[in-house]
Amino acid sequence: MNKVENNKAWFLVLPMLVLVAFSAIIPLMTVVNYSVQDILGRSAFFVGSEWFVQTLNDSRLQSALMRQFAFSFTILAIQVPLGIAIALLMPKKGWQASAVLILITLPLLVPWNVVGSMWQIFTRGDIGLMGYGIRQLGYPYNITRNATDAWVTIIIMDVWHWTPLIALLCYSGLRAIPEAYYQAARIDRASKWAVFRYIQLPKLTNVLVIGVLLRFMHSFMIYAEPFVLTGGGPGSSTTFLSQTLATMAIGQQDLGPSAAFSIIYFLIILAVSYVFYVTIMNMQKDKAENNAGGA
Amino acid sequence: MAEIRLRSLAHTYEKDPQSPEDYAIREMEHVWHQGGAYALLGPSGCGKSTMLNIISGLLEPSHGEVIFDTRIVNELSPQERNIAQVFQFPVIYDTMTVFDNLAFPLRNIKTPEHLVKPRVHEVADILELTPLLKRKAKNLSADEKQKVSMGRGLVRDDVSAILFDEPLTVIDPQLKWKLRRKLKQIHEQFNITMIYVTHDQLEASTFAEKIAVMYEGQIVQFGTPRELFEKPAHTFVGFFIGSPGMNFLDIEVTDQGLRYGDITIPVSEKRLAAARASSSDNIRLGIRPEFIHVWDDRNSEAFEVRVKDMEDLGTYRIMTFWFGDALMKARLHEDQRIPQKKAYISFPEQWLNVYIDEFRVEVDDE
Repeated sequence: MNKVENNKAWFLVLPMLVLVAFSAIIPLMTVVNYSVQDILGRSAFFVGSEWFVQTLNDSRLQSALMRQFAFSFTILAIQVPLGIAIALLMPKKGWQASAVLILITLPLLVPWNVVGSMWQIFTRGDIGLMGYGIRQLGYPYNITRNATDAWVTIIIMDVWHWTPLIALLCYSGLRAIPEAYYQAARIDRASKWAVFRYIQLPKLTNVLVIGVLLRFMHSFMIYAEPFVLTGGGPGSSTTFLSQTLATMAIGQQDLGPSAAFSIIYFLIILAVSYVFYVTIMNMQKDKAENNAGGA
Repeated sequence: MAEIRLRSLAHTYEKDPQSPEDYAIREMEHVWHQGGAYALLGPSGCGKSTMLNIISGLLEPSHGEVIFDTRIVNELSPQERNIAQVFQFPVIYDTMTVFDNLAFPLRNIKTPEHLVKPRVHEVADILELTPLLKRKAKNLSADEKQKVSMGRGLVRDDVSAILFDEPLTVIDPQLKWKLRRKLKQIHEQFNITMIYVTHDQLEASTFAEKIAVMYEGQIVQFGTPRELFEKPAHTFVGFFIGSPGMNFLDIEVTDQGLRYGDITIPVSEKRLAAARASSSDNIRLGIRPEFIHVWDDRNSEAFEVRVKDMEDLGTYRIMTFWFGDALMKARLHEDQRIPQKKAYISFPEQWLNVYIDEFRVEVDDE
């Protein structure tokens, strides 16, 4: 066993390494750099994990984190089933399919802060169609005073803006199912529900993984829309993580704590996305085969 | 269990069909008898799959009726027709185990669970799927998946017929043979009508008792493999069945008899009379390479022909020769003397078929 090792090939990885360094590692390292130092003008002190401890104990951040989770899971719980339902109802071919596709895609093309402004006007009590309409029905709708109103409005806004993404992904997933599956299901006398449960949903798993991950990451980083719509208010009831971070880093110039916070933020997104991914992928595994040990 | 009758059936995918070419299936009458093992054979695009989908109810015919026993089923969905169909590519329910896949058609009709289990095990035994019952169907090989698809057809005891749409396309050659045997065995055991669509004549003749050959939306012949070989009712059957296919000569009817160029070909009186009676100028003679007589020596009955080439196929040889200006093929068995450059051949009258407008002249001396 005299294997001659040839390590020259490692040099071929070098260009990629440089590229990744500039695109990810170096920018990230500057944040790491900030997070362990206290920088005041030209002088800097190494403070170790102090900023991390402080950040984790900051009640303002803790409540923002809770709000963030509540928000992300609420919109996922609405957007995923709704997106699937829309995709199932969309016409399969002909000009109707194209028309519906265009209509569905439109919200995705609106920039974030424009969405915020649109809904800000839309929900105003004096000139906004929705705000005025709801008030006329007798409910004193007001997103600048009532935290529940603000919350519900932001969720509706996000559902309007992003459900189309799930719907589009699912639509493409559904179109990829060969006709023979539906024919076989008819022959097997499967009910509509069984067709959905045993054919359509399993075949959608892969696009749904992408959809759920994208929507989770996206929503967990939401910034411009609530910032423009409610400014995080009333009080801090709709202040999510990004906005809290921006206030700390830019408003208060607390670079050390905000860097520590950024890293924690990043790790949370990474961890939750990983859990999502593993969970969904595990659902497809062959349990019997694992137990039987390849029998 | 049912007899499937197609009455003046025709189908077109066009909204406004103009010519016969617009029809995927041209008007036809046909009966598939209860309990038969049938093959539907034809080239791609001849309408085989269309016909299968019409029988199973996945497609509603634009004309005519589909009748099961005495009941017109045009309006009935596949669910109501009690038909099982196996598709070209195996359809399995990914998330279910093999057991659940096989149980699926039973559970859909709310069969009590204590009846599901023995039935699934019975079918799994026949198809040799028992060791796989607990596996997820997703992880099976192509032939195992296809067996699961077939199993779902067999598991219901109310099926009137099982339709196969080229089910062995994705299966390895050596397993193809095994599965075909299996199907035959199942047919004998269950006495179910089976219709097997294929474009492979070997597959058709090993599976079926009777083969329907389809060409351009019509069944041009329905007969046993032997009938298709010996008495092809249509020039297409002659060409499509057999390897190589039938030889054809475009002939003229003259006072002296049937002539090809300046050669008169002797045929029986009845055939000659039929050819004379026809006003068509599309008259052809057909003879299979197997039935051309190749003589060892010159003789008074034989035509002298130029040999073009000789193909050695192991147990037999195929001789290609010029008959006038037509290229023809004849089959020589392995211990026959090999003609050099010139050969002496004749066409035995009983194997010489006359085709008028592509259809065979049936004579009653047979």
